[in-house]
Amino acid sequence: MTDLLSKFDPLINERETLLSTGVRDPFALVMEQVKSPTVAICNGKETILLGTYNYMGMTFDDDVLAAGHEALDNFGAGTTGSRVLNGTYQGHKEVEQALKDFYAMDHAMVFSTGYQANLGVIATLAGKDDYVILDIDSHASIYDGCAMGNAQIVAFRHNDIEALEKRLKRLPEEAGKLVVLEGVYSMLGDVAPLKEMVAICKKYGAMVLVDEAHSMGFIGENGRGVCEEQGVIDDVDFIIGTFSKSVGTVGGFCVSNHPKFDIMRLVCRPYVFTASLPPAVVATSAASIRKLMHSGNKRAHLWENSKRLHLGLREIGYTLGTPEAQSGIIAVMVEDMMQGALLWQALLENGLYVNLARPPATPQGMTLLRCSLCAEHTSEQVGEILEIFEKSGKQVGAI
Amino acid sequence: MSNREATQAKIHELITPFNVKDAQLSDDATFMGDLEWDSLTVMDFVAAIEDEFDIIITMNMQAEIETVGQLVDAVEKLQDS
Repeated sequence: MTDLLSKFDPLINERETLLSTGVRDPFALVMEQVKSPTVAICNGKETILLGTYNYMGMTFDDDVLAAGHEALDNFGAGTTGSRVLNGTYQGHKEVEQALKDFYAMDHAMVFSTGYQANLGVIATLAGKDDYVILDIDSHASIYDGCAMGNAQIVAFRHNDIEALEKRLKRLPEEAGKLVVLEGVYSMLGDVAPLKEMVAICKKYGAMVLVDEAHSMGFIGENGRGVCEEQGVIDDVDFIIGTFSKSVGTVGGFCVSNHPKFDIMRLVCRPYVFTASLPPAVVATSAASIRKLMHSGNKRAHLWENSKRLHLGLREIGYTLGTPEAQSGIIAVMVEDMMQGALLWQALLENGLYVNLARPPATPQGMTLLRCSLCAEHTSEQVGEILEIFEKSGKQVGAI
Repeated sequence: MSNREATQAKIHELITPFNVKDAQLSDDATFMGDLEWDSLTVMDFVAAIEDEFDIIITMNMQAEIETVGQLVDAVEKLQDS
């Protein structure tokens, strides 16, 4: 018998080697208590959270929690059904309306996760003879959507405008083309040149989908993302987003002005063949989205935090993924998995949680410690974060 | 020189700057095994091939191409179409 799990032996061995040195498993952290958007108890110790994507700190917002309690009491714990059968409640329509209002768009479709939103929309739009043109550093959910739709995949070098144009130029004029871009790339926290790229897509007759998972609520005057910030939101055909970052809950969505968009509800398999979000989740999401429309002050504070942490980490001697703060993500580059795991553990023991990211999630074989800031991090916390980074970096010889 | 030989010669020329292991470039030489390329090298090399021949090699096609000879054949075919 061939053991089907034996193909994972190299990874099993690598993990065993790493863990045998005594470092804690960086992918098995348990938060015993969560006290606020920025503080949890891990291994019995109070820990500042700097790796949650909880950009706007909505997870403990009073109005959000109240909406959730009410929905739980009135609509029950779960829907036990697909959106197209028994799984669409009043709350699902309300959260879709909140999205339409937030983006000022005609259509909104809510999925059970952000992963499913990308998977479903890309697989449904781009079929066997269509082309998906994507940035090489695209998120796994985008690649999986391409594979599921059986589309022809054409990748171009990360954020390279010229490489995108060259490829679009070579594709058959009559072929269906979907260009998939991200507003903020989640590993390094860098922003895409959407203004130039969207113009090129239009020039070559390609439809454009932008994943704004890491920019919603934070970037752009109304928090609509990088396409709002760069003035191209009206030229983008589809925006994909998630509730599990700035919104502070779980779920995914697609918004669009395309007049035929609603047919997607019947033909998109990851939308049809799964249970819809629980009532409490759609209620908390709707309440959060409506509050995010009027969160200019929080956006400003998050920018201050991000810029200060970026500058501070550089001053301590760390190498970062971007030359300046471009989003709520700051990536601290480390030499390899061993140094990454040691620094990650030192930070945790000193009271700070960040994400350890490694290939294949990261581009170009990098290992990095990814920090994501929250609008609820106080100035004092940012100061404390910098102190912990300095102390831990010296302990393990990373700086 | 036949068309295929010309394409082959050009592809060998384009491989050279990426061939840090100095592997022998027979038609059977594999990119992963003999040339020991990682995914990043593959991407840069594919871009160079695409620009030289003004073609697109989709990732679906790349998954099928394991050897230098298969690449020569694929480029020939793409140029004809």
